[in-house]
Amino acid sequence: MTIMGSDLTRQTAAVLAEAIRTGEASAAEVTQAHLDRISSVDERVHAFLHVDTEAALESARSVDTKRSSGEVLGPLAGVPLALKDVLTMRGVPTTCGSRMLENWRPPYDSSVVERLRAADIVILGKTNMDEFAMGSSTEHSAYGPSHNPWDLERIPGGSGGGSAAALAAFEAPLAIGTDTGGSIRQPAAVTGTVGVKPTYGGVPRYGLVALASSLDQAGPCARTVMDTALLHSIIAGYDPRDSTSINAPVPDVVAAAAKADVRGMRIGIVTELNGEGYQAGVAQRFRESLAILEHLGAEIIEVGCPSFEYALGAYYLILPSEASSNLARFDGMRYGLRVGDDGSHSVEQVMSLTREAGFGAEVKRRIMLGTYALSSGYYDAYYGSAQKVRTLIMRDFASAFESVDVLVSPTAPTTAFKIGEKIDDPLAMYLNDIATIPVNLAGNAAMSLPVGLAPEDGLPVGFQIMAPPMADDRLYLVGAALESALYDQWGHLLIEEAPAL
Amino acid sequence: MTAITRAEVAHLATLARLDLTETELDHYAQQLDVILQSVARVSEIASADIPATSHPLPLENVFRDDIARPCLDRAEVLAAAPAHEDDRFRVPRILDEELS
Repeated sequence: MTIMGSDLTRQTAAVLAEAIRTGEASAAEVTQAHLDRISSVDERVHAFLHVDTEAALESARSVDTKRSSGEVLGPLAGVPLALKDVLTMRGVPTTCGSRMLENWRPPYDSSVVERLRAADIVILGKTNMDEFAMGSSTEHSAYGPSHNPWDLERIPGGSGGGSAAALAAFEAPLAIGTDTGGSIRQPAAVTGTVGVKPTYGGVPRYGLVALASSLDQAGPCARTVMDTALLHSIIAGYDPRDSTSINAPVPDVVAAAAKADVRGMRIGIVTELNGEGYQAGVAQRFRESLAILEHLGAEIIEVGCPSFEYALGAYYLILPSEASSNLARFDGMRYGLRVGDDGSHSVEQVMSLTREAGFGAEVKRRIMLGTYALSSGYYDAYYGSAQKVRTLIMRDFASAFESVDVLVSPTAPTTAFKIGEKIDDPLAMYLNDIATIPVNLAGNAAMSLPVGLAPEDGLPVGFQIMAPPMADDRLYLVGAALESALYDQWGHLLIEEAPAL
Repeated sequence: MTAITRAEVAHLATLARLDLTETELDHYAQQLDVILQSVARVSEIASADIPATSHPLPLENVFRDDIARPCLDRAEVLAAAPAHEDDRFRVPRILDEELS
């Protein structure tokens, strides 16, 4: 195919990379096209907190120089990417959506950024997120919410809503997210894009500002399953600087995405993640997708995971506990905000004044929840019980994976809701993650991909695939097969139906 | 039943080094109570014979070879600090008035 004369921002990452390799387009042109798109739409979408214009163009030009000097370019060389603002990038503002880190420029690159640079991927800038990744809508960003390109009055999901909105608004063909309880998958679901939470330990956490260390996982986001696989293979793999990094070969996700075959696979519907509580159009598109997979040669089996009912409770004890400990580092001493340092306040008073001023409502809520769950006298009843539920959830997964190859569910119970609708109702907000949380507690891999629009509101619906740890390739086998069947049915990707901005 | 009182929230705020306003204390006391009553359900299935899981992978200590390698650039680190003096972080006094 030729992309000359077409809109470069509408292409897949794979097509752009090929055009750059063959010289049909320069990396500088591709980057400029995306920067122009950001200039024209981001005032309304607000996907980005910082656009790194000059550095992006510079790195694109260096790709063009490499090509003209005969160097062999990597599979995504010269392709632009939107980076979630929770990963450090040397000298570039990294705020985590918080006033606490408003002017912080990290003195080092995260491992993910190092790998993106080594692959010659062009980082356009940093994307908006709920403060310190706590939220499902980006409404908890200190810098204002991002808007869903399908309907600007609605949320793009969270915490990685900026990365998902950048993809859906054609501001970037690739993005990086992080997923602690669904922050890659739920934004993908509500924006009609693809997102993968790799196996815990699959992508290094070095330089990822920690929310809950036993749950956090960075991962790839894109508009197609193949683009997601190409990015996955670049950022995944062992890193000695992360003590929880898995020292084993990365599953061949690109080959799996190319194979796109579910014949003979056993696909399990989770009883507890299907039925009541799901919007009618979400349930309908989910059922239709199952029928497609069955038609493609998979066997659909229903399996029970009885402990999943308790996953939300366990998560909202474990996450705040780890977060309250991790966020103790924001004490106003070595980096970030400092308030009240007037010569009369003591260090403890300055810490309390700084944290009061620097943290937003949701962060304070979760820090106190975690402090409570870890306090003596309550520890066994709350944190201790939550850790036992975690064991039960892992057992449910292990037993389910004895009879099926992957598990599936709707990614989120509803389509995108209106900005402001759930902002001061924490429990209602937490329910968005009901289907995504079990995977984080167990450390499994999971994907969300778009499977249609809900008939009642015309908004995207996400389909979740869950695989055992280190079987990330199965997500791509199933995801690519389903995506391809839906493409044949519609004649285009779902994202092509998003309204022009 | 109330899971948490306003006085407990005030105590938590002190432990967490958050200088909350009176309005915030009222608001959080009510919200934390609702959240805690909801998440407390975990104890229904957490019987004594179930082992706790802290982490999805078995954790082991990781060592590296004892070889010197470059550390962060001092000027860059201090440039990002709220205050610095003589190549060090400058911090407020560490003793409270009643102790000094």
